[in-house]
Amino acid sequence: MDVQLKVRRQNPEAEGEPYWKEYALAVPDHFTLLDALIQVREEVDETLSLRCSCRSHICGSCSMRVNGHANLACKTKLSDLHTDTVTVEPMGNMPVIKDLVVDLEPFWKKLYSIDPYLQPAGEVPDREYVVPADSMLHLDGVVNCIMCGACVSDCESLSVNPIFIGPTAFAKEYRFVMDPRDAADTQRLMQMNGPGGVWDCTHCYQCVEVCPKDVAPMERIMAMRKMLVDDGVAEKHNGARRQKAFTDIVGRYGRLDETRYLMKSVTMLELAGYAKVGLRSMTHGKLPPLLPHRIPDAARIRRIFERTRSTHRRRFKLHQQAQEGSRV
Amino acid sequence: MIYKHDVLVVGAGLAGMRAAIEAHNQGVDVAIVSKVYPVRSHSNAAQGGINAALGEGDTWESHGYDTVKGSDYLGDQDAIEILAREAPAAVLELEHWGVNFSRDETGHLGTRNFGGASQARTFFVADITGQALLQVMFEQLVRVGVRMYNEWFVTRLIESEGVVRGIVGMDIRSGQLHAIQANAVVLATGGMGRVFEPSTNALINTGDGMAIAYQAGARLMDMEMMQYHPTTLKGSGALLTEGARGEGAYLLNSEGDRFMKKYAPNKLELASRDVVSRAEQTEINEGRGIDNCVLLDCRHLGRDLIMRKLGQIHELALELAGVDIVQDPVPVRPGFHYPMGGIKTDVDGKTTLDGLYAAGECACVSIHGGNRLGANSLLDTVIFGRRAGAAASEHSRALPSPADSFPLGEAALQQETDRIRALLDRPYVGELAAKVRWDMGVNMVKHCGVFREAGGLTEMGDVLHSLQDRATRVHVGDKGRVFNTNLTSVLELQFMLDLAVAVQVTALTRTESRGAHTRTDYPDRDDEHWLKHIQLQYRPEGPEIHFTPVTMTRWEPQVRSY
Repeated sequence: MDVQLKVRRQNPEAEGEPYWKEYALAVPDHFTLLDALIQVREEVDETLSLRCSCRSHICGSCSMRVNGHANLACKTKLSDLHTDTVTVEPMGNMPVIKDLVVDLEPFWKKLYSIDPYLQPAGEVPDREYVVPADSMLHLDGVVNCIMCGACVSDCESLSVNPIFIGPTAFAKEYRFVMDPRDAADTQRLMQMNGPGGVWDCTHCYQCVEVCPKDVAPMERIMAMRKMLVDDGVAEKHNGARRQKAFTDIVGRYGRLDETRYLMKSVTMLELAGYAKVGLRSMTHGKLPPLLPHRIPDAARIRRIFERTRSTHRRRFKLHQQAQEGSRV
Repeated sequence: MIYKHDVLVVGAGLAGMRAAIEAHNQGVDVAIVSKVYPVRSHSNAAQGGINAALGEGDTWESHGYDTVKGSDYLGDQDAIEILAREAPAAVLELEHWGVNFSRDETGHLGTRNFGGASQARTFFVADITGQALLQVMFEQLVRVGVRMYNEWFVTRLIESEGVVRGIVGMDIRSGQLHAIQANAVVLATGGMGRVFEPSTNALINTGDGMAIAYQAGARLMDMEMMQYHPTTLKGSGALLTEGARGEGAYLLNSEGDRFMKKYAPNKLELASRDVVSRAEQTEINEGRGIDNCVLLDCRHLGRDLIMRKLGQIHELALELAGVDIVQDPVPVRPGFHYPMGGIKTDVDGKTTLDGLYAAGECACVSIHGGNRLGANSLLDTVIFGRRAGAAASEHSRALPSPADSFPLGEAALQQETDRIRALLDRPYVGELAAKVRWDMGVNMVKHCGVFREAGGLTEMGDVLHSLQDRATRVHVGDKGRVFNTNLTSVLELQFMLDLAVAVQVTALTRTESRGAHTRTDYPDRDDEHWLKHIQLQYRPEGPEIHFTPVTMTRWEPQVRSY
């Protein structure tokens, strides 16, 4: 199989400006992008730098952008790409050190910022913590995260909002919030309600799309938003108010009523700021109707809302159980 | 720059991080240096689980006996006793730190079967146990706040008159060389799989720690004992966990026979790894293979169990070989996996050099002897990692500050700076590191594989001689300093060649068949002459061979059958 690799290169010791370099290779059909890049490095151009190690999707070293989207090079089968030229770039949202090697220090610092370790309460048991089998099995999906950075690379929010703690760290946070043994969930939820927190996610699904291990970081972020609302931690937060206003209105009328949405989701002071936009909308005939339109059969929508609400899994926490137990 | 710490750990996999956490808990100033970020370490590739006699009715003696039998009686029984006795506490510690071990329906820890074990005593997280443990160990390292030198490549030990005083390392990001002086150095650099081609191992597994210890004068032991894993994927050579067979998968030959009934009538697919790999290779050699492979059949396990407990190997087989193990059997073959041998240590990780400790895959205590049981390697890392960290801390506390050895660090740093400059200045004469490594790896599998004999091993000696000569002319094409992986690959090549020689020399020396070492010209185990370890001392003219007795405590050698 013939393949043309177009690699974005950058050498800080030369001019430092990025440039494209193309490599034409003949490779076996089963080759991954990593196999091909190693062939380049070993036989064609020894100056090409990249990180790689396990070759089997478990170490997280070789994430890079392939045809515009982050993935592990070792998980990218060339024959599956169906493009004549394969474009290879370093991950996004991170400064380049050399060629395909990016600076991961900010990535790790954000991970450290969430206190990424189990914080149990009470006496350590003689044997294991006894917890439902399901609760441990549920964590497998997040423990699967190999910290490759693909989600951070392609995060739309991070590209405009560098303080956003980001999908990897929040997937890790979810791992502790959902762990029955962790007792720091209140502090964790407070922290993620703050600046750079879960409300800064723009809900674009990029992280879910690119994650090579199906960790689905955005879904974890959404689940934690829901916990913030349910636990009343987020009452005053704009994001939470918007989410609540949105679900209340759609749940009731079956569609969004922009006027009501605005009234319910911002403070009076903020509402004043919208006066000018409101006036301009009115003069241009763009003001939404003041009375809401209810769609026919809105009751069915309401039932969907009720069903999802009731299936939300209550969190099982050992420390809460212990407290409840001691009260009895 | 010259940095100073009481204890320096080299390698940030499970053993290294466990050693560093222990040293921190002992109150000494500890740092950890690693050529990759800690979560990239190869511990994450361990899929199946970790052994401990924790279940009702299980005993440490049973775990100990299984390990001794698995080792084909070459394991040192004092060390194996420690392993088996400390295993329950080690597994519970990991659970308390946050590992989400699989539970049974009552919420207690659940187990799975594993090869060579008389009880189901393997604790696990789906088929990502190593990954789950590594993440949690890293979390604990972050919690206690150990200083990390990440993406530093250690080029040599600082040693003088048999005393180790630190390391010289290159910050890969800048290409600058630095010395880190320490009262004690703990090597936990993992395996040497890249000496063999193909191998289940990561590209970073180049035996750096074993080689620098050996070059500095520490002894290597049991280097002829190299494990070939029975189920590595056709083509890529990726590992498919023994947990698959633990959950009930079959091995079939080209005639559709479960051939293990011939070789291990009681344990079948769950005999120890050396037995299963030999059986597979025999089937293949006798014409009952398919494209040099046999088949691993998981179909009868059902989609639900496969997705819940074997999700990773389902993904690997699908992505790398295009086989959906729910629908079809997957071709597998024995592939190089793990060295039982390594840097000789005592049960506290102390090597034959003062101030130098080792733990995990790079070390040889020896608990694995002639053959390691599946799910004993994760256990090895946490138990002997902790013990090495404790012993190194104690050693450090008894010494004055490392500042006393200042001139030593500067001299070593200067020597390494000159050596690397000379490497970068070497002219191009057509010799590439990748080519030399490839020729080494392919020949090592050919001559030091599942089956060995004098002719092939002698020929391998000549091959290595010529490869070492070629290695002196290998060229570094990348002249830059920043993230120069071409340079590190040349340094790694020299490490690997020294280890390849160690394997070849010991394999030729041991004229019997024991554990993973099968000599077709000496097919029987010979306890009368060979119930002993082979140790190697580095000499410029070639390895010096020593023999030492195996430590026996309570288990007499018996005929080994499964």
